[in-house]
Amino acid sequence: MMARIGIVAAALVSLVACATTSGGSASAENASNRLSYNELFDPDPFPSTYAPYPGVPTVITNATIYDGEGGEIANGMIYFADGHIQSVGQSLDIPDGATVVDGSGLWVTPGVIDIHSHLGNYPSPGVGAHSDGNEATDPNTANVWTEHSVWPQDPGFSRALANGGVTTLNILPGSANLFGGRSVTLRNVPARTMQGMKFPDAPYGLKMACGENPKRVYGSRNRSPSTRMGNIAVARQAWADAQRYREQWERYREDGGARPARNLQNETLVGVMEGEILVHNHCYRADEMANMIDMANEFGYRISSFQHAVEAYKIPDLLNENGICSAMWADWWGFKMEAYDAVFENIPMVHAGGACAIVHSDDQNGIQRLNQEAAKALADGRRAGIEISDAEAWQWLAINPARALGIAEQTGSLVSGKRADIVLWNGNPFSVYSRPQMVWIDGALMYDMNDPQRRPISDFELGQPGEGSVR
Amino acid sequence: MKILLALLALVLAAPLAAQSVAIIGGTVVVGDGGDPIPNGTVVLRGGRVVAAGANVAVPAGAQIVDATGRWVTPGIVGGFTRLGLVEVSLEPSTNDSGASSSPFSAGLDIEPAINPMGSAISTNRTGGVTRAIVAPTTTSTIFGGQGAIIDLGDDMEAVMQPRAFQFVELGETGASRAGGSRSASHAMLRNAFDQAAAYARNPAGYGMGNSREALLNSRDAAALVPVIRGEVPMLVHVEQARDILNVLALREDYPRLRLVLVGGAEGWRVAPQIAAARVPVIASALIDLPESFEQLAATQSNIGRMRDAGVEVAIGMINDNDAHYLYLATQYAGNLVALNRIPGATGLSWGEAFAAISSVPAEIMGLGGEIGSLRAGRRADVVIWDGDPLELSSNVDMVMIDGVEQSLVSRQSRLRDRYLSIGERQLPQAYEW
Repeated sequence: MMARIGIVAAALVSLVACATTSGGSASAENASNRLSYNELFDPDPFPSTYAPYPGVPTVITNATIYDGEGGEIANGMIYFADGHIQSVGQSLDIPDGATVVDGSGLWVTPGVIDIHSHLGNYPSPGVGAHSDGNEATDPNTANVWTEHSVWPQDPGFSRALANGGVTTLNILPGSANLFGGRSVTLRNVPARTMQGMKFPDAPYGLKMACGENPKRVYGSRNRSPSTRMGNIAVARQAWADAQRYREQWERYREDGGARPARNLQNETLVGVMEGEILVHNHCYRADEMANMIDMANEFGYRISSFQHAVEAYKIPDLLNENGICSAMWADWWGFKMEAYDAVFENIPMVHAGGACAIVHSDDQNGIQRLNQEAAKALADGRRAGIEISDAEAWQWLAINPARALGIAEQTGSLVSGKRADIVLWNGNPFSVYSRPQMVWIDGALMYDMNDPQRRPISDFELGQPGEGSVR
Repeated sequence: MKILLALLALVLAAPLAAQSVAIIGGTVVVGDGGDPIPNGTVVLRGGRVVAAGANVAVPAGAQIVDATGRWVTPGIVGGFTRLGLVEVSLEPSTNDSGASSSPFSAGLDIEPAINPMGSAISTNRTGGVTRAIVAPTTTSTIFGGQGAIIDLGDDMEAVMQPRAFQFVELGETGASRAGGSRSASHAMLRNAFDQAAAYARNPAGYGMGNSREALLNSRDAAALVPVIRGEVPMLVHVEQARDILNVLALREDYPRLRLVLVGGAEGWRVAPQIAAARVPVIASALIDLPESFEQLAATQSNIGRMRDAGVEVAIGMINDNDAHYLYLATQYAGNLVALNRIPGATGLSWGEAFAAISSVPAEIMGLGGEIGSLRAGRRADVVIWDGDPLELSSNVDMVMIDGVEQSLVSRQSRLRDRYLSIGERQLPQAYEW
């Protein structure tokens, strides 16, 4: 685990209704003067080939439903067909031919979304040949796309599905670099290629990092950055260079002449400044998050999420004002100095402060229990006098990460028309004694606790010791 | 929280050692593998448990602690940890878990490296952990050195039993430490045992006539003497089934070894052999991925399946953040109970799961008569919870160690209290105590 912590990245997510515009580069009044990222180059050279597995029209009855946006329906019903949620409520007509699942005593939630995973780019087994999460050769590798590291045969995907009810996950590059590269959002389905998992139309993310990791990695090589001030200096220069790059292309578009040379680093950074790529910024300390916000304002981009955000509880007001989500662990601390000021109540304190809170894993084991991480944080918050309902807390696993990833129109809550990403739990999902009983992705039943045929097994696991054993 | 503390403050009000204390009305967990006992009573006196269970008489004049609606359990025993050795993992000046530049290995003794004032001790105390098995890490050889059993009390005397065991790596890590192969790690082990035997025969003449390459320094050799004599247990970290069998086979040549397996992710594959050898295991609870080639068969059912085969199994923090996260033990144990409802999986009963984080680790270390349960005569390490201790929604109301109520204030709780309200102030937060 420690090795992976060392390379973790943080993500900043653009937020919610109360968000104020921090940058304005993508604001409407000057958009026409700006060069569209999509206009410059093919924005999608590695397109998604994901197609939902077949499903059948299904109704779950008599379940306790958390809708993922803070609502709860007791004795609720949900009907989904053609891959989408058709209706949710207390009393629905059961369509002819629909499969009926009795949810008595069970809970229904939207599928869990992990905004911070390294499944696929740091897969199991964690041997050297599989270490594909950090292109730790330059502090700016905004040119790399982590989707090109994702190994679809990572056995971790199946565990996240079966034990964690994870239906969507965001794979981030590591945090060795100030600009780690692009992240990719995946559907958690078995596929032969990364493209077969790629979430259709999900925006790209850019992993950025502040703090200890970049300065340690490059400082130890006697390169810049070796300090926190070096981190900011190198990052600002990169943004300034990207602005100039954008100007070159704008001139080319307006005046013609020689087509400028493409620069893949700057393409990504321009995409961020245009608001088309979302920044997920690894950052632990409150004071450093404030610095990152100011840098974003200087260069006119927005931070969608801070990743790890161990000290977010110190600045919920600042995070709220800037509309930035915090993706957090429930109780990790102490592995490095910037994780020293952790508190068990971080997540509920951020939520209570009006800011967007997300539970993330950054871990192949933690992703199997994000519901439990939320439950621990919820209990610690209540102990400190912060009253948050169970249904409200499910936002940390559903609509909040969906918004931060720019996919909230498609998933993240149980609303008619959205993708039918649904978990049926065999008890209260905030209890340690509960597990997913069935998991649907786009309305297709991808896991069934009671059906051995519905447990994915990756290529790597075939023919290995213990094959076929329930994990 | 303040209300709860006030409720229990009567316990603090008088010296506990001098008089009987009766904790009444709560759900009592003895920690011996049995079911929770509703409306039970726990009687303590002189820092020890007098009795615990149903129908226990309250002694006349006893101080009464009303635990109605709460759960009363023995303190959690951290099954395999680096607690007290590490403040901040990545800062070498604060991390005493390994000694990579030391000329010593098996002879290293972590007793002076335990920091009772470390923030990980107070933080884990607030999670109901009262004792821990603390092991050094290996660095340049397969031997980590001599580990200790500690308590998490808010005082300077943390070490309950120094030099309680020797820690050895014999899996992938051991192969790497020894020179790149399991052949080297087993050669290193056997050579060291030979040296220890030679030292035991003639300490004054130790080293005469030995080649320099094979020679263990006398301190390391001396530390292994009680190991080969079976006076001190040897905790061996292995994960792979074949590695486990190789460890069990050591007793063919060293019959008195007291072996304890640590890790054992593939233990279920050779569980009958482990049980037959009567070797206990301190295992990771929830490792279920082939994170390395030595744990391809990892499954959350490992502990349950070993239990079914008759193996004595405790839960430890191997390959986890073993210096900071001992409070996860209750969550891990609860997850093993959850497995019982998954077809094809093997879990533990509630009582077994709790025992795996209390009495079983104590018994594995030969301390079952002292800690890990509320059986009569044990040290009064008692935790009162506001609900089922394995449940995620539960919190700790009170912790006693050796019958002494402990502070539940930690650096984390102080930070939380400072930032719970961040509105406008007359003074900076730094001025608020």
